[in-house]
Amino acid sequence: MPKWFNPAAILCGLMFVVSPVLIARAPDESAMGMVYKIYYYHMPSAWMFLLAPLVCGFSSALFLMRGRAEDDRRAWAAAELTVLFGALTLLTGPLWARRAWGTWWVWDARLTSSLVGWMIGWAYLILRRYGGPGSDKLAAGVALFGAVNVPFIYISVNYWRTIHPPTTVVPRLPVSMGLPLWFCVFAFLLLFVLLMTMRLRLEHARTRLDALYVALDE
Amino acid sequence: MLRLTSRGRSSDRPIRWTNAARAACVAVVLLCGATAPGRLAAQGQAPQPQDEFVPVGNNPAPEQIPAAPLLIGAYIVVLGGLFFYVLSLSRRLGAVDEDVQRLEGELKRRGRG
Repeated sequence: MPKWFNPAAILCGLMFVVSPVLIARAPDESAMGMVYKIYYYHMPSAWMFLLAPLVCGFSSALFLMRGRAEDDRRAWAAAELTVLFGALTLLTGPLWARRAWGTWWVWDARLTSSLVGWMIGWAYLILRRYGGPGSDKLAAGVALFGAVNVPFIYISVNYWRTIHPPTTVVPRLPVSMGLPLWFCVFAFLLLFVLLMTMRLRLEHARTRLDALYVALDE
Repeated sequence: MLRLTSRGRSSDRPIRWTNAARAACVAVVLLCGATAPGRLAAQGQAPQPQDEFVPVGNNPAPEQIPAAPLLIGAYIVVLGGLFFYVLSLSRRLGAVDEDVQRLEGELKRRGRG
C-alpha cells in the first residue's frame, strides 16, 4: 500500500465517527422531519455511485484504445464500487421514500435509471467472472454504457416529472444542513479513494500470482 | 433540387416528398393529441417534488410513519455494507498475498535446486 494509505484510512475512520454527531446536531427538515437525515449518507453514497461508473467507463475507454492492463484493472475495481455504492443508494433511498413519499419505490426516471446503472455494474462483474477469454473487452463495452447512463441519472430529476428532489436542493441548503452534508461527502470521497486503492492492490496481487504460476509451470 | 409541392411534373420525387411530409404532420398531430390527455391528467394527479429543504422551526413536523426505525435502518445498511465490503476485500487481499508469498518461496527453492 502507498505511504499515505494508513493516515488517510485513520482520517476516514475519524470522519465516519464524527459524522453521526454532526448529523444529530443538524436540524430536522420541516416537511419530512427526522427521516430527512438519511440524506446525509444517501446523497454521498449516490454521488459515489455516479463517480464509480464514470471512472469505470473512462478507464474502459482507455483500455479499448491503448490495451493497457492497468486501465482494465482500474475499470474492474471501479465496477465493484459501482455495485457497492449503488446497493447502498438503492437501499437507503426507499427507506427515506417510505416516510417522505409514503411508498418504498416509484418507477420514475431517477430511480429507474439508477437501477439500470446498478444492473450495468452487475453485468460488468458477471461478464468478467463468467465471460471467459475476451470478456475484458466485452465488459469494457458494457462499462461505456454505464458511464453514458450517469448524466442521464443526474439530470433526470430536472427534466422529467418526478417526486424525487431535484439537484437544486443541494446549493440551497442552509449552513446548518449543508455543513454536515459536505463533511459526509468528503468522508465518502476519501473512502472511495481508499477502497479503489485497496481493490487495485488486489488486482496487482492477482496479476503477480498469475505470473508466478506461469513461472512455476515453465 | 427537392421541391415540396406536387405541382412539378419533371419527376416523381416532389410528389413523394409532399406525401411524406403530410403523413409526418398528421402523425405528429395524432401523437400529440393522443398523449395530451394522459399528460394533463398526470400533471393534475402527480405530487409536487420538493425543490427546497427547510429546517424545522419551533414546531416539529407531525410524524405519520415512525421515522426512527427507518433512519437507524438506513445508517445500519450503509455502515454495515461498507464494513462487510472492507472485510471481504481484506480477506481476498490476505489470501492472494499468502499465495504470492508461498509461490515466491517455492520458486526460490526450485531456483536453488
